[in-house]
Amino acid sequence: MFRDQAIETLDRAALERLQLQRLQQTVRRVAAHVPFYQQKFAELDVKPEDICSLADLRRLPFTTSADLRANYPSGLLAVPFDDALRLHTSSGTTGKPKALFFSRQDVDNAAELCARSFVMAGVTKRDVFQNMMTYGMFTGALVTHYGAEKVGCLVIPAGPGGSERQLMLMQDFRTTLIHVTPSYALYLATFIEQHGVDPRRDLALRKAFVGAEPYTDETREKIEEGLGLEVYNCYGLSEMNGPGVAFECVQKHGLHVWEDHFLVEIIDPQTGEPVGDGEVGELVMTTLCREAMPLLRYRTRDITSIIATPCPCGRTHRRLNRIAGRSDDMLIVRGVNIYPQQIERILMAHPGLGRNYQIALEGLDEMTVKVELAEAGFEAQVEQLMKLQNQLAEKLRGEILVKPRVQLLPPNSLPVTEGKAKRVIDNRKL
Amino acid sequence: MNDVKLVAAFAENKPGQVAHFTKILANANINLRWLAVASTGPYGVMKFLVSNPQLACLAFKHEGLIAKLVDALAIEVPDKPGGLHAVAECLASHDINLDNASGFIANDRAFLVIEVSDHGPAREALQKQGYHVLAQEELPL
Repeated sequence: MFRDQAIETLDRAALERLQLQRLQQTVRRVAAHVPFYQQKFAELDVKPEDICSLADLRRLPFTTSADLRANYPSGLLAVPFDDALRLHTSSGTTGKPKALFFSRQDVDNAAELCARSFVMAGVTKRDVFQNMMTYGMFTGALVTHYGAEKVGCLVIPAGPGGSERQLMLMQDFRTTLIHVTPSYALYLATFIEQHGVDPRRDLALRKAFVGAEPYTDETREKIEEGLGLEVYNCYGLSEMNGPGVAFECVQKHGLHVWEDHFLVEIIDPQTGEPVGDGEVGELVMTTLCREAMPLLRYRTRDITSIIATPCPCGRTHRRLNRIAGRSDDMLIVRGVNIYPQQIERILMAHPGLGRNYQIALEGLDEMTVKVELAEAGFEAQVEQLMKLQNQLAEKLRGEILVKPRVQLLPPNSLPVTEGKAKRVIDNRKL
Repeated sequence: MNDVKLVAAFAENKPGQVAHFTKILANANINLRWLAVASTGPYGVMKFLVSNPQLACLAFKHEGLIAKLVDALAIEVPDKPGGLHAVAECLASHDINLDNASGFIANDRAFLVIEVSDHGPAREALQKQGYHVLAQEELPL
């Protein structure tokens, strides 16, 4: 199913012509209105008329999250303040957040891309959409909210948490579609199980859009099994409108990036140089249609690669592989680079374990992986628990090259997260 | 089958854990006769001999804990020195490994609760030696 078949299946040559035209427009816009880019262009000795092909993209400056913070609150606005219609911020853990402005057209475009993504995953106006993302400054809930309204779904703006109420809404309004973080989806699966609800028998759930934090295919399977639905991987970031940047089609193999709205590059995060086709690196994105706050070559810090082969669904927009991790999330333990997702993949695939885990870093570079035990993993023998613990430690060592301490915990003993999960607790004295 | 059921539960090894479990039993009006704790580092396994093991298991699970029923043998022994020794000897002579053993006194009678690798032969050996192996409903609870 398509929402905008003409644009979604536009042949590559025409798509690239459109991209170049929109890139040139964007560059002219920032060169005319944004002092930050005016200065960058001067430093690099580049003018809007130098951008004659998509290959010239590389002549343009990068934009980093530090640039967004330095220009807080409104230094990157490309339209008069009065023409800005909506403000979102990006979840900054320290200091000032990043402020993102949307014009009326930007608000509509963001919703339209979400609507496209929803239809691509098979959502129709008959769906009842319970949105469990955080409403407010965060883009996650509002942008999908308006996207689902465009499709014509009944939208329940539930927000996160309050699991009893979530369950009641799902039962009373026969919710078919949810939008949720992976950590909360895992918690919810455990919660409804404990309340004697069988999702396949008692609920009408069909699909879930799961995103806002990186997760693994093993987690996807665990959510699908626990909630009795199909999980669609979605990717977005506030700096690029929020959700709706790249979603999976029904093939569920890679996420189509809406390339009529975004230019994507994959670079080596150390050198800033592009990597080869299909190689893993940092995703860099340029907005092509944004009015209020266009961003050139934004360093997302997200690690992925591009799938350039045609997709059986017929869309010509290329796909991103599942985000392997955010380079900001990378841990360095005893000199080894580790992504939390590597640990998650082992834990979610191992039988007998629950759905919640935490990685604690303590003392002088000691790593403890805490994971909740599931009923199936309990054989009433201490020896068996020790064996399970050692097996896990060995498997983890095989994956991350560092042998962590593994600690098994009773269910529900790790903190529950309703928004973005805090999986890593770093108390190292380094 | 003269086996008795123990309720085994997974627990963290920290202050207040036993109290957490015994409170659940008390609230469910379940009588606790015997309790064994085996722990290693941060966690362990607690085993309970109770008046209603099925209900106790459900009560633990209802509180979100991990619990399951396991089999054990309960034997009445003379309450005098060497009581356990005679049982251990009997099992050893049949090459049966004793995993866990402890006892309690009720109504002036002494009982041993044992976990062994293989229940059938152990029960047979003990009965041949003249021990009374109790069924669940014979337990003084």
